[in-house]
Amino acid sequence: MSTATAENTQDQTASEAIPSFDVTVRVRRYNPEVSEDAHWDEFQLTMYGTDRVLDCLHKIKWEIDGSLSFRRSCAHGVCGSDAMRINGRNRLACKVLLKDLDLSKPLTVEPIKGLPCEKDLIVDMEPFFQSYREIMPFLVNVDNEPERERYQSAEDRARFDDTTKCILCAACTSSCPVFWTDGQYFGPAAIVNAHRFIFDSRDQAGDMRLEILNDKEGVWRCRTTFNCTEACPRGIQITKAIAEVKKAALSRAM
Amino acid sequence: MQVHKYDVVIVGAGGAGMRAAIESGQRAKTAVLTKLYPTRSHTGAAQGGMCAALANVEEDSWEWHTFDTIKGGDYLVDQDAAEIMAKEAIEAVLDLEKMGLPFNRTPEGKIDQRRFGGHTRDHGKSPVRRACYAADRTGHMILQTLYQACIKHNVEFYNEFYVFDLILVDTPEGRRPSGVVAYELATGELHVFQAKSVVFATGGNGKVFKTTSNAHTLTGDGMAIAFRNGLPLEDMEFVQFHPTGLAGLGILVSEAARGEGGILRNSDGERFMERYAPTIKDLAPRDIVARSMANEVREGRGCGPNKDYVLLDLTHLEPAHIDAKLPDITEFARTYLGVEPYTEPVPVFPTAHYTMGGIPTDIKGEVFENSEKTIPGLYAAGEVACVSVHGSNRLGTNSLLDINVFGKRAGVNAAEYSQRAEFLPIPDDAMEATEALLQNALSAHGSEKVGAIRKDLQDTMDLNMQVFRTEESINQALSDISALEERYANIAIQDHGKRYNLDLLEAVELGFLLQLAKVMSVAALHRQESRGGHAREDFPKRDDENFMVHSMVYEDPSSETAGIRQETKPVIFTHYEPMERKY
Repeated sequence: MSTATAENTQDQTASEAIPSFDVTVRVRRYNPEVSEDAHWDEFQLTMYGTDRVLDCLHKIKWEIDGSLSFRRSCAHGVCGSDAMRINGRNRLACKVLLKDLDLSKPLTVEPIKGLPCEKDLIVDMEPFFQSYREIMPFLVNVDNEPERERYQSAEDRARFDDTTKCILCAACTSSCPVFWTDGQYFGPAAIVNAHRFIFDSRDQAGDMRLEILNDKEGVWRCRTTFNCTEACPRGIQITKAIAEVKKAALSRAM
Repeated sequence: MQVHKYDVVIVGAGGAGMRAAIESGQRAKTAVLTKLYPTRSHTGAAQGGMCAALANVEEDSWEWHTFDTIKGGDYLVDQDAAEIMAKEAIEAVLDLEKMGLPFNRTPEGKIDQRRFGGHTRDHGKSPVRRACYAADRTGHMILQTLYQACIKHNVEFYNEFYVFDLILVDTPEGRRPSGVVAYELATGELHVFQAKSVVFATGGNGKVFKTTSNAHTLTGDGMAIAFRNGLPLEDMEFVQFHPTGLAGLGILVSEAARGEGGILRNSDGERFMERYAPTIKDLAPRDIVARSMANEVREGRGCGPNKDYVLLDLTHLEPAHIDAKLPDITEFARTYLGVEPYTEPVPVFPTAHYTMGGIPTDIKGEVFENSEKTIPGLYAAGEVACVSVHGSNRLGTNSLLDINVFGKRAGVNAAEYSQRAEFLPIPDDAMEATEALLQNALSAHGSEKVGAIRKDLQDTMDLNMQVFRTEESINQALSDISALEERYANIAIQDHGKRYNLDLLEAVELGFLLQLAKVMSVAALHRQESRGGHAREDFPKRDDENFMVHSMVYEDPSSETAGIRQETKPVIFTHYEPMERKY
């Protein structure tokens, strides 16, 4: 077999093997420098193979309309920059593959809800991080520092493993109907991060965090709708974590 | 324009920047400026672990770690810095544990450790369990833990403030920093931050390549800003290509996959690393594994329809073991390639991962302005810096270590310097360069799109400056870059607003990338030998007689090589004689 022929055959097979998608993308646009009103823009794109929704947004920005604004960084689901509403559900744009969507209908992309929109898909994250900071998201241990590491059994470490996965993308908090109507509510992400420390055997400030979350805007506002669990791109069992925090708050009150 | 005054300004809020801030913030008035939010930084994408000779699970010593680091870097490592890093590694891990980092634990409850490429027992005898880890999300845990510690210590952050320039002023003692110029993304306003000490911790520049594990935002900002201010960049020809990027995508699959027993196979199903590194096989350092993979593909033993990748085989591992130790990377394989790692091998190929070079610093983190003299008050740490602890090839886990050890040192030294220094004036023309940069971009009514130029840059770098290089390929890259610079002068920006003008920022970032691609190519052209991550096919041997030196490149319009002047800096030796590098 001559090499040239072999390469040609392979090239053809490869180009045939890559599926392409014709996609209509509807993006919610908002720029207060231009107009106080938001509107929808529609783009027709041809996308390929393993492309994700983030690739659609990049294609629009890089080839069609450079003014489209959205946050993104790592592009593989670990930095938490690109949470947005995709077809009505909170997702990371870099984790939704086009091949997994029904593309016979337009793909809609909007900013996450409940946080003030700054421009296009960019929202003000400050209220979200404010709630996070309020639950004391750091280890508190006032004992004398050991010379080496503090010991922790594998079981104790496993107790809070799930909630250490949070990347603070706000997909959960901004999917919560209670948060939409009451911006004062701490929201699921802050409770998840409180859980991460409350159930860490090395920590000593669990009572203080439970006190903070026992507030009227705290953990009791949760109505167990499971939106947060469904939205979490890290697969954290958020509603379960919130229930565990509720239970801890109750047993502390006893 | 707003003016702010801080003793210490830290640019960048990844691992190095936040580790510096924790120290500096407790000693001096400190601000951290980041173009992102701190938790978006790419430290969070690091997976496998952070090495330290804790000896929690088997015998180990920091001296062995030093040796491995020096040999791994193909003897271009400054040996005093490597000793410091390996010695202080132990405290660095314990610091993180005390801040709350949830490490995986041994049955007795100590920090667990696992194997990693190039880390060995007693000077290369066999792999050693030295990497402290939290599943395959160690970087995520480090980033979160450092951010949490910053909140605990009330560190002041300016999020989405993009630093465009460093202000250096002449004093009788030489040049000193007096602050930085920053652009506020939300408003488009310029700010001046006056400071006695400035720490650069802006990360790497992997986005000069198309296939990369790096985030979109890793555009080498700090390196380019230093270079534009007349400072040298060191060892920029050395780029690490991580062996296992998801094929076609470049998304990182941790070396921990091989540390936990994963095996690389070619189209014959052969464990080909046995041929290239008979002693430690799949756990050879990254430069060797990446070249071996590229060679298998080149010789026709690649897999898939185009025979353009190899396979990472985890199918002999217990699914429960995979779930416990490698949950994230196996999910990446499922999500992005539709491959089930329990039962199918994962397609992988080398991906641009890490810049060994950067802003030259001494062991205090102080930045060199030439091969002899440093600038007190100016610091750099992490991937943006070159201490040099990685030499020509970084060992896996040593970057998480680098940011912690030298981030801490830079923070302490920046704060201490600020306590004995005075504020220096902000010159009247301090904003000029930045205003010109923005004005040029905003008034651009050309015809070229930023995205198209960036794509062409990344294509030529992937083609000509990747795992294997020749004089011809490097010259091709340089001539392509020069053509792209002409196109860059004719770009069009569509967004002319002030609010979150990311169109504008991408144009500025592209300017940084073009400049750094040129720097890397010129340095690669000068180094006529093969060492670590720099493999010249026209000079396949290491040449200690002529090239056992760091390269130092400067902007110099009078130079005939793309306006870049090349000098050298000696490598620091303590007591390790260069040997042939075999594994």
